[in-house]
Formats: sequence, C-alpha cells, structure tokens
Amino acid sequence: MSVASNALPRWMDLGLLPALNLAIALAVCGVVVKIVGHDPAQVLALLVKGAFGSRAGISYTLYYATTFVFTGLAVAVAFHGGLFNIGGEGQAMMGGLGTALVALSLADHLPAAIVLPLMVLAAMLFGMLWAAVPAALQAYRGSHVVITTIMFNFIASALLSYLLVNVLKEPGNMTVESRRFADSARLPGVHDALAWLGVEWPRTPLNLSVLLAVAASVAVWALLWHSRPGYSMRAVGFAPEAALYAGIRPKRQVMLAMALSGALAGLVGVNEIAGVHQRLLLDFVVGAGFAGIAVSLIGRSHPVGIVLAAVLFGALYQGGAELAFEIPGFSRDMVFTLQGLIVLFSGAMAQVLAPALQRLHHALRPAAATQGAAHG
Amino acid sequence: MTARVAVCMQGIQKSFGAVHANRAVNLTVAAGTVHGIVGENGAGKSTLMSILYGFYEADAGSIEIDGKPANIRNSRHAIALGIGMVHQHFMLVDTLSALDNILLGAEPDWRLGRARARVRPLLDTLMHDTGLHVRLDLPVEELPVGERQRLEILKALFRGARVLILDEPTAVLTPTEAAQLFRTLRTLRAQGTTVLLITHKLREIMALCDAVTVMRAGAVVLDCAIADTSLDGLALAMVGRRVQLGRSTQARTEAPPGAPLLVASGLAWHDALGVARLADVSLTLHAGEIVGIAGVSGNGQGELLEVLSGMRAPQQGELALADRRYSPRAWLDPASARALGLAHVPEDRHKRGLVLPFPAWESSVLGYEHLPRYSHGGWMDAGAMRSDCAAMMNTYDVRPRDPLTRSSHFSGGNQQKLVLAREARPEPKVLLVGQPTRGVDIGAIEFIHGRLRAMRDAGGALLVVSSELDEILALADRVLVMNGGRIVGELAIADCSEAALGRLMGGADSVTGSMTGSVKIEAAA
Amino acid sequence: MDEIALGSLLASTLRVATPLILCAMAGVLAERSGVIDLGLEGKMLLCAFATGAVGALTGSLPLALASALAVGLALSMLHAYACVSHRGDQVVLGVAITMTAAGLTVVLGIAWFKMGGQTPALPDSVRLSPLFNGAAPALSALPFIGPLLALGLLGHNALVYLSFVLVFAVWWLLFRTRFGLRLRAAGENPAMVDAAGVSVLTLRYQALALNGAVCSLAGAYLVLAQNPSFVPHMTAGRGYMALAAMIFGKWHPVGALWACLLFGFLDALSIRLQGLSLPVVGAVPVQAIQALPYVLTVVLLAGFIGRARAPKALGTPYVKER
Repeated sequence: MSVASNALPRWMDLGLLPALNLAIALAVCGVVVKIVGHDPAQVLALLVKGAFGSRAGISYTLYYATTFVFTGLAVAVAFHGGLFNIGGEGQAMMGGLGTALVALSLADHLPAAIVLPLMVLAAMLFGMLWAAVPAALQAYRGSHVVITTIMFNFIASALLSYLLVNVLKEPGNMTVESRRFADSARLPGVHDALAWLGVEWPRTPLNLSVLLAVAASVAVWALLWHSRPGYSMRAVGFAPEAALYAGIRPKRQVMLAMALSGALAGLVGVNEIAGVHQRLLLDFVVGAGFAGIAVSLIGRSHPVGIVLAAVLFGALYQGGAELAFEIPGFSRDMVFTLQGLIVLFSGAMAQVLAPALQRLHHALRPAAATQGAAHG
Repeated sequence: MTARVAVCMQGIQKSFGAVHANRAVNLTVAAGTVHGIVGENGAGKSTLMSILYGFYEADAGSIEIDGKPANIRNSRHAIALGIGMVHQHFMLVDTLSALDNILLGAEPDWRLGRARARVRPLLDTLMHDTGLHVRLDLPVEELPVGERQRLEILKALFRGARVLILDEPTAVLTPTEAAQLFRTLRTLRAQGTTVLLITHKLREIMALCDAVTVMRAGAVVLDCAIADTSLDGLALAMVGRRVQLGRSTQARTEAPPGAPLLVASGLAWHDALGVARLADVSLTLHAGEIVGIAGVSGNGQGELLEVLSGMRAPQQGELALADRRYSPRAWLDPASARALGLAHVPEDRHKRGLVLPFPAWESSVLGYEHLPRYSHGGWMDAGAMRSDCAAMMNTYDVRPRDPLTRSSHFSGGNQQKLVLAREARPEPKVLLVGQPTRGVDIGAIEFIHGRLRAMRDAGGALLVVSSELDEILALADRVLVMNGGRIVGELAIADCSEAALGRLMGGADSVTGSMTGSVKIEAAA
Repeated sequence: MDEIALGSLLASTLRVATPLILCAMAGVLAERSGVIDLGLEGKMLLCAFATGAVGALTGSLPLALASALAVGLALSMLHAYACVSHRGDQVVLGVAITMTAAGLTVVLGIAWFKMGGQTPALPDSVRLSPLFNGAAPALSALPFIGPLLALGLLGHNALVYLSFVLVFAVWWLLFRTRFGLRLRAAGENPAMVDAAGVSVLTLRYQALALNGAVCSLAGAYLVLAQNPSFVPHMTAGRGYMALAAMIFGKWHPVGALWACLLFGFLDALSIRLQGLSLPVVGAVPVQAIQALPYVLTVVLLAGFIGRARAPKALGTPYVKER
C-alpha cells in the first residue's frame, strides 16, 4: 500500500490533493447541515469559536487531539509498512487495560515517579501484543490482517467487558468501572503543571500525555526516516520485491510495523485512563481508532500532517460538543459524519480527482509536465 | 493448385512510443498448414500476433482473413473471425472445472445445467476427432500442465477457431508432452485448421512446420517453405550478421583468468506447477573474466540470477562462494551474499533494483543500509548516505545530479547507472548483472559497458545475462547459452559464430567446449 | 432443557440469524465477484434508518421497504463507482461508508424526529406480522419434536422465511446460472473473463447492485421485525459478524447460512446461559460466548480448522492490461 502517487508533482500530491478532498468533504457536510435546517456558515463559526475561542476550548481541543495523534500515528506506521491496521480500537482498549492493571496493583504502594512510567510502558506493551497476534497470523499463516484486526476489536471489547464486570468492578458499585486509582497513578493535568509554574489555567481533561503525543510524533518521524528499521519498513511497504532483493525479511517487517502500530494505539490508554478518568471504564475509546484512520489519511501518513489533522479533528470534536449546547438538536454525530466523509473523499475516492488535477497541471505548465514525463 | 490463404497481413506497422515493434511486416499463411514464426526477444513476433488477435491495433497495414478484409478491433472480433490464441500464461480459472472454463463466455443457455448438457456431447466429439483428451469435470487446479494446455486449445477450437495461434507452447512442457502436442497439431492440420506457431525452438520448426517466417528487430528477414531452408539457415536468420563477432578487442587475450570465485553445480528448480525452470545448471566464475549468458528470455536466466544472488533457494544443487558452501536446505541469502563480496544488478530495476518512491540517496543504499558507515546502532546517517550518493552520481554521470530527486524521476539510463554505481561501490569480487542496458540510451550503454570491463580488469568475476546478443558479444570472454533451463553450450568468445550461437539459442545443439581446446558440436538427440 | 426451552431457543436462533443471513448473502455476492465489502454494517444501518423514517412518515410498509431498497442500491453504486470504476481502496471505502452512516443516521434522525436519534415507533400495521401460526396444531401433533418445531419454526415473519429462500436463490444464481459462473470467474481471474469477451466492470456493478438490494432487506428487518423503531447504532456490529460468518462459511452461501445459524445460536444461548453453571467449565461468562464467533473466525483464518480460501482476485481492482 503506497503512500505517495508518482504521477503528480510532490506539492500537488501532498498539499493540493488532500486539501481539495478535505474541501469536498466539508462541502458535502455543509449540504447535510443545510438539509437539517441549519446555516453552514453559522455552524462553522460556532465550531471554530467553540474549539479555539477560549482557553478551556483550546485545552479540550488539544486533549482530543492527543488521542487522535496516537491512533493516527498507529495507522500511519502500519501504512508505511504496507498494512492496514483497523484494529486501533481494540489496541487502544488493551492499552487502557494495561495502564489500569499497573495502576490498580502498584499505585497504592509505589510513588508516581515509578508508577507512571510503568503505566505508560504497560499501555504500549498491551497494545503491542494485541496487534502482534494478527501480525503473526498474517506473516506466518497468511491470514489477512484487515479481517483479523476487525475480529480482534470485538474480542477486545468482550474481554474488557468481562474483566470489568467480573474482576475489576468495585464491589457494591452499580456502574461498570473499576475502583478509582490511587493518587500516584494520576497523570497530572496541564492546568496542574501550569499552576506549578505560576500560570493560571482552567481545569480541563488536557493532561501531560499531550507531551507524550508530541514525543511520539517526533519519535515516529525519527524512526521512519532516520532509522534502519524504518527504512526497511518503508522499503517493504513500497516495494516488497526490492526489499527481498536487499535482503530485508518481509515477515519481520510486518511484525515490527504492527507491533509499533499497536504500541502507539495503546498510548490512548495513558491519555484517557491515566490522564482523565483514573479508573478503567468500558467505553473510553469510542471511535478513536476509526478517527485515527481519517487523521492518517488526511495527514498523508506523515507525523506533521497527522498532528495538524489531529488538531483539526480535536477542534471538530470540541466544537461539535459546544454546538450541541448552542444549537438545539445538534449533536456530535455531525462530526462523525464529517469524519466518515473525509475518509470517503481522502481515502476511497482520493484518486478520483487526480487525473483531473494532472490535466490541469499539464495545461498550466506544459514544459514542466513533459520534463517530468521524460524521466523514469 | 494454389493453396487457399487463411491469413494475409500486409505492411503492418506498429510502434510503442520510440520502439518500432513491427516494420512493414508481411505475413501470408496458407490454410491448413502449420506456419512457424521465429525470432528472439524483441523481434516483434508477439506484437504481430497480438495485432492478429485483436489485443492491439496496427498503426498501418491491412489484414485479410480467408481472403476477406478484416478490421480486428478486439479479441471478441478475432474469435468471431475464427482466430483463437493459446497464450504462454494460461487464461484459466483454477477453481472451476475444465468444462466451465470452456463454457465461460460461450454458454448456449443461461441455465448452467442445460448449457453443460448441450455442450458436453459437442466436446466429446471434438476431443475424439482431434485426439485432445481433457478430463472435463475436474477443477483446473488438479490438472497437470500439459492437460491445461490441451484445455486451452480445446477452448479455442470450441469457439470455432480455424486459425490457431500458439505462443511458445513447449516452454512449459516435458519432452513427452511436447511430442503429444505435435501429434495433436498434425491432426488439426489434417483437418484443415491453420496453425501459427510462435517459437524460438528451431528443431520444432523444422520438425513440424510447412512454412516459416523469421523476424528480427521488427522486420521479416526470412519467409519461405521449410523445404527451402535448413536449421542453419534459420539459426543464421534469427541471429543475423553481427559486426563484433568473435573479434571483440576488449576481450582478454592473456592467460586464462584467475581463481574460481563462484562455483555452482547441479542447480535445479521447478515452479509451483512442476515446470522445471532450471535443470542441472553448473557454472564457474573466475576472477578477471566476464561470462555472458545468451539465450532467449524465459529459458531460466532470470531464475539463475535469483538463485545465485540468494533471492531464491533451488531444490537441488550446491554453491561455493568465497569459502562458504551452500546447499538447498540452508541457501545463501542476499544479505550474506553482499557480505561475502557478491553484488547483483537485477533484471528489473523498477521492481527490484530501486524503490521508486524513495529519493535517490535512499535507493543508493538499498541492500547496504546496515553498513557501519551508514548506520550506527539503528540510527541512519543521512549525511553520509547523501554524500556517498553524490559521489556515485558524479563518477557515473547520473543526471540530475541531485541525491534528493525521487528515484522514479530519473530516466532509464540514469536509473541503471545508479544501480550499477551502488553495486560496484563496495568493489565486489563477484558481480551478477541482469539486462544491463535494457531501456538505456546509447551514451549510457557505452559508459556501463566500460565500467563492467573495468571491473573485470581489476580482477572481478562478472556474470552478464542479456537478451541482446550484441551486448553479450561485446562484453563476454566466455559465452554460455541457456535453453529450456539448461546450459546447452559454452563457447569462448573467439569461437562464437552466428550459426553456432543461433543453433544453441534455438535449442538445436548441445555444445561442450573450452577456452583453449577444440569445440565439439553434437546435435541434440 | 425441555421442549419449550429448546423450541424457544430455536426460535431465537432464527430471529437473530436472519439479519446475519441477509447480510452474509450480500457479502457473498460482492466478494465472490472480487470486491471486498466492509461497508455491510453501514449499509445495513442506513437502510434501517430509511425504513424507520419512511415508515413513520408515510405509514406504509411497501414505501418503507422501497426506500430501504433505494438507499441500499445507492450505497452499493457509490461502492462500485469508487472501487470498480476508479480503483479506490475497497477496505477504506467500506470503513468510510460505515463511519458516515453511523453519524448521518443520528444527525438526520435528530433533525427530523427530535427524539434523540430514534425514529417514532412503527405501528403493527407497518411492521411484519407472524406467519404460519395456523399450522401450529398440526405440527405440534408430531411425536417427540412436534411442539419444539412448532414453537421454533412457526410464527416468524416473512423476512425470516424469505432469508432461507434467498440463500437458495443466491446458491442457484451463483452455481446454476451463466451469470453466476461469470461472476465467480471475475473474482478468481478477471483477466480470463475479459479475454473471453465478458465485461468485468459490468459483472461487478451487477454483483454490487444485488449486494445493495439484499443488504437493504437486512436493514429493513431490524426495524420491521426486531425493534419497532430505529435506534442509533442499532446494528451493533452485526455487519461485521455477517462478514465473519461469510468467511467462516468459506464464501459459499450454504456455508455462510450454517455459520450465521451457529452465530445466532451462540447469541441466543448466551442470554440463557447467564448465571447457569455447566458441568465441567462452571459458569460460562456471557462475554466469552459473545466473542466466540470472532474467535472462531480468527482460528479458521489462521488455518487451524481447515483452510478458508478467499476468491483469488478479491480486493484487487481490475485494470485492463492493454
């Protein structure tokens, strides 16, 4: 599964095409908004205001974006390895489980300085393992990773449900969730950190995992384009025969790509469980995995694009929540619809526009176009 | 009595971009005959037959079928005109039965049960009349290759083919199956079917055909009845007069070359269908020599390169490289090969030699990214890679001179130079090269040839596989000819004559010879 | 377990299995022609919404069904346009349809009915009614299994019985007609079909049209038989379970039928087993049974219980070589 198309010049391929696809998705969404009787311009204005118009709004936007960065990076890393990881939902669930297990067993006895890093590691490990099984089945048994990861999403949900209901549930409590973690398992919020620095900031779910998200983005960038495993992964993803020629073992790369992908998705658990809820719940993931697909497609599988797209989606989620307050009858499902439309136009129909753009390019810059065609 | 003309193609011209595949080709095929079409790769025979079958439309020229002008737009039209084609790669659905494969597209009824019942007696008669026996109710995946081919012929005949085109039919058959095929073709001829046999196997032509057309470089060079020619005549026509024959001034004139650096013995490999692609191949590469492998493409050269470079393990055979020995259970792999000083310029530079979406500097370390100068503990030194790439581009005159350019944006010649630069850089002891100048412009060809000779002069052992006989003759000190997965002949460059090479490439002979000794030619049994 | 319990178990199995069967048949039609369909969940959801919305607005069962059909066809044609005509990624398209459907159904539901995304409950006149109840006394009279069969097989609505007929129809279409032969060939070796003079594009469009129509029935069933109104996300993963059943049934309509019945049975069983203690294993957690269909499919895909061979050309857009 290749990421870049060879026919268009790079700036068109990475900049113009996705922008156009995004614009079309927004336009179609605008039509839907109109159909349900609202004014698209008003909706858009309120959305932007809700997402960026206040410190609290920005914080919420970034909090959502953090989760999307993790799942977006997960999808992107797998894409570069030539695989489609739809199992982000399940891997995120398992990441949260890992975080919670460490918190529940250790937080009462150990200080935050030890517990928190262990929780992060557990999140990554559990996510990694949940992706490693479908990866192994693909590499060694030829089972298609798309189907197995979808199945594993459901199995994860069942497993989580079982553990929460039968093992981890707080006795005497009706809600399906674990007991609250001890304080040392709490990842400080950004408002806490800023208060410590003397800056006053509204209390929001935005927590220090946003720094983790930034670190992960940098790490993925470094891995993919500056490390040997990343080189091998991309070679296999673009040209499996060339990779074979180079002595790269495809099975190993499949395992590596999916393991990293799962680990990244697992970090969602850190943001949601350690950073916000401080207890394990059933539905802390809710669509983050699928949003990650949209983020990765719009972000062209590059960490910079993913961060920008994640902030965009975070803004949509936060703005959408605000809209639900402001406009009666409006719900966040409009954001889900837009998300789906983005996947449709940037993913499935991404290349529908490409021939038209190519003709435009030829018409406007005939000299450059023929020069490009002469080589290769 | 003049024979009826089944197919008459006049003045066919066809170009694909800069490649002039068919130059004013005339072909006249008498009805009820077996007509051979001979040529090396790129001679234009496949293109000509594709035009006849409707896959392409000629740029100019005319076609007459049974004396009536025909404008063949697509294969459906060709089938309607009574032209059937059996391709090299069978067009069958493995999971369906032989009967269903024949039915598809020509079902006499929309209900399958009735369609099958109506067709079965017709097929039984056809099989009986032609001697083509196929087990109709078995799924194709359970049929051996020979039976699948009979199925393809049956399919074509069922659709009313009066002209049957067969594209390299014996490439996948054992000698017994090939003999059976010939019997079938003789029966069909007796029944008035016209057969066009595309092949490069000269003995088949002489044994089976009534007339033959030899093509070379897009044009017809010989067109006559079989009675009016001979095996040698065909061999000569196929290969043509070579300017640089045996007088290559670039060849080594000194003492025999140095130590054996790579010794392969008894290599054998058959594919999933059981067709032997390599059979008992043995060769030795010595320091300071260029060994050329000549032969029409598809005779095992590609598989040989894959086996020698470690990309594929053979089922039988041994390999000795540097001081290591390899057997099929624990074969060489490309990474170890490079570590032992073996480099490989692959035949397909687009799919294997480069990663097209990578910038040049990343493609320029493909296979070498683990070297200490490029990576320390998993971290890649982009600076070192880029500067090395720039240096390579300088030495090999690769344009544009920018390591950041995407690999796909270079022209064919520049891409090939980049791949060669990369493989030559570590000064390998053994270099395997596949089709070094395919799709490469003239200037780059000379440059590449010069580089290869320089590597030989510096003591390297080179194996060059090429479907361009001129190239082999220009570069090699020793020429091996492959046919049907075997090495059928070995000639010192001084002993290479058009006739000898043509016969070997056409599968006519099996030759053993040596650099200094006399050449013994024995006709194949 | 006595007869009543077994009979009721059989009845539940059939009721739960019906939307799965319909969806799985749709999946078989598309995937046998070579097009991956991961959008079954979304198609089913949008069709269910259409049924609920139009049913509530018009009070007419035929109109509700027709609207579901129209929506199903529209989605499948989108699928065909993006993936067959324009070679878009089939997996991504399926995900896109499912994501969009999930959001769009709620948005429109809230906008039009203001009930939090639900559609108004449909009166019985618009919904499907139980059939064949008159045969109950005759069937119950059979010895041993009479009452069991009467309870289990009778009194279902038309779509339940139709789904079985449809399995036969799909089987007959795929294996007994010219169209089916060509469709199956297109999923294995489209180049061969093309060389034989048959249009692969047309075949795949036709397969997807059938896929849309049959999937719409699955969506309609949810509102016409199972729940009197559309509820957000009411498909609850059934589209994926149908996909799993199709794979488990090795892309064969009858195999898929058995798989759907098995999965339906497991679902019906899980509710009944809650709290019960079985001889060897003790109390079986309901989640284990819920996960079982998916676990079984993975085990099958891994090749541990036989081989599941997908159509060879599945997922690869067909490009004419010349």
